[in-house]
Amino acid sequence: MTRAWGLGLAVVAVAALAAVPRVARSDSVLNFLFLVLLSVALAPIWNIVAGYAGQVNLGHAAFFGLGALTTRSLWSAGAPVSLAMAAGAGVATAGALLIGAVAFRLRGAYFAIGTLALGEILRITVGNVLSEVSTLPAATIARYRLADRYYLALALAVLTLGAVWALARSRAGLGMQAIREDEEAAEASGVNALGLKLLALALSTALAGLAGGLFAYYHISYYPSHPFGPHWTFDALLITYIGGVGTLHGPVLGAIFYVFLKEYLAIRWVDFHLLIFGALFIAIVLLLPGGLVEAAGRLRALAGRKAPTIIRP
Amino acid sequence: MTALVQQLVLGLLIGGLYGLAAAGLSLIFGVMKVLNVAHGQLIMLGGYGAFWLFALAGFDPFASLALVVPGALVLGALLYWALFGWVVRASEEARVKNSLLIGFGLALALDALAVRLWTADERSITTSYAGAVLHVGGITVPLVRLASLVLALALIGAVHLLLARARWGRAIRATAEDWEAALMTGIDVRRAYLLAFAIGTALAGAAGTLVSVGYSVSPSIGLEWTLKALVVVVLAGLGSMPGTFVGGLVLGLAEALAAWGFGGPYREMVGLVLFFVVLVARPQGLFAR
Repeated sequence: MTRAWGLGLAVVAVAALAAVPRVARSDSVLNFLFLVLLSVALAPIWNIVAGYAGQVNLGHAAFFGLGALTTRSLWSAGAPVSLAMAAGAGVATAGALLIGAVAFRLRGAYFAIGTLALGEILRITVGNVLSEVSTLPAATIARYRLADRYYLALALAVLTLGAVWALARSRAGLGMQAIREDEEAAEASGVNALGLKLLALALSTALAGLAGGLFAYYHISYYPSHPFGPHWTFDALLITYIGGVGTLHGPVLGAIFYVFLKEYLAIRWVDFHLLIFGALFIAIVLLLPGGLVEAAGRLRALAGRKAPTIIRP
Repeated sequence: MTALVQQLVLGLLIGGLYGLAAAGLSLIFGVMKVLNVAHGQLIMLGGYGAFWLFALAGFDPFASLALVVPGALVLGALLYWALFGWVVRASEEARVKNSLLIGFGLALALDALAVRLWTADERSITTSYAGAVLHVGGITVPLVRLASLVLALALIGAVHLLLARARWGRAIRATAEDWEAALMTGIDVRRAYLLAFAIGTALAGAAGTLVSVGYSVSPSIGLEWTLKALVVVVLAGLGSMPGTFVGGLVLGLAEALAAWGFGGPYREMVGLVLFFVVLVARPQGLFAR
């Protein structure tokens, strides 16, 4: 897909999605598309650290959770929601820089399990301290407009994809990809590895904090520890790898595929999608490390056209 | 004071199971440099295996070890053949990362499978002697848990002896030290990997059986037990089965102290905090001996 085609397709998709609230007859369509858009944002957000900088962050949910917690607290206390969401992103980023300075002493799989432990520590603490369900006041529920949430989700998805697109082309983004391929070699050629890894984490967690804020703005009631749950990380990881890790459009394709199949399967079997996605994920790691994007490339090569080169992380 | 001692005794009893849970993970990690994050799910499967044998066929859970352990051995060989055997062809760094991802997919699939097969309810095996206790001073010691601790120690001791004495056990240890050197001395490294993975899975099956008797199993315990096993591996380091057992006891005691000092909900925290601190203090990783 050439750049002009990709951009054109993106503009058409955003325009069509923006028109949905005007034509949709029921809330269920908007609710479903909200979930799709949230995943379309969350997977590329995770992909910034994993796919570009090559660090598998299994504590990602902690930053989504911090964003949700901060936004909900400030918004409930009467702050405007935009300010509350910005504060959520700020808190998530501050937490990430604090944690990252320590956690980035760990490499590869140790970084992964270390961040998983950190995420669980935060989830358990929040669950212990705030064990009551958080519910919006009746006055807020009366004024609740789903379309507002939907447009914010669309804006977040566009913002995320724009940021990833710009990052991948920037000097910093190229440095991150060099770290992913070989950290020692990158440092030897003058790349500041720790600085760029922290930058990737900061960008990823700022967006994750915004997404968490959106979650807090969208849901009428939930347990405060719910957004800290490891499944938020696991979903993003599955989607990213199934779609194509380290690419811009891979996680988007993965998210659409994932949410549609999940909803379709949930009609008959609750949670059955995880059995299928777990198996699919293993198959992709073993046989097709580039995910759906690589599969498409191979199909195109079979059809006689030149396949795009895919850089595997 | 009695309350504290009681907590510590219970901590020691579950600590033995932490040691057994970690022993399998440690063996696989040490030999293959493969991190199977679905280890907790294998423990869960062992627990459900024993639960089924008890509920459907009336097997005593301790006797069912004689079926669950060989079953887990075969399952481990199958998993090696189908999944993890492919990972060991990669370089060591890629091995750990790819095995982490495969284990992760396996964990998700097994969690979903367990909900299908056994529902999300907590299950535990209640035998006629389940309530039997021993009174020592003011302290109550549940007999089933005491027996589990002794069995865990016996199993770890048996694996330790096999690794130390048996010819193939020594081959496994040589492979763990340096697989290239082992290969040059004529050791079948692939077979050593297969054996290590199968034995590690069998230890997980045994741990699961003991968990289902003294405690309970549910489809969501997998991640929890993987983390416990990882914590113990980080605390104890690799390469020593008795060391892993002691590491398990230490975690059990630390949890008991945390629960006593800060309240029950903080029991889960102490291990994770220890884990992170040790990991960051020794960032060269778990291979350091």
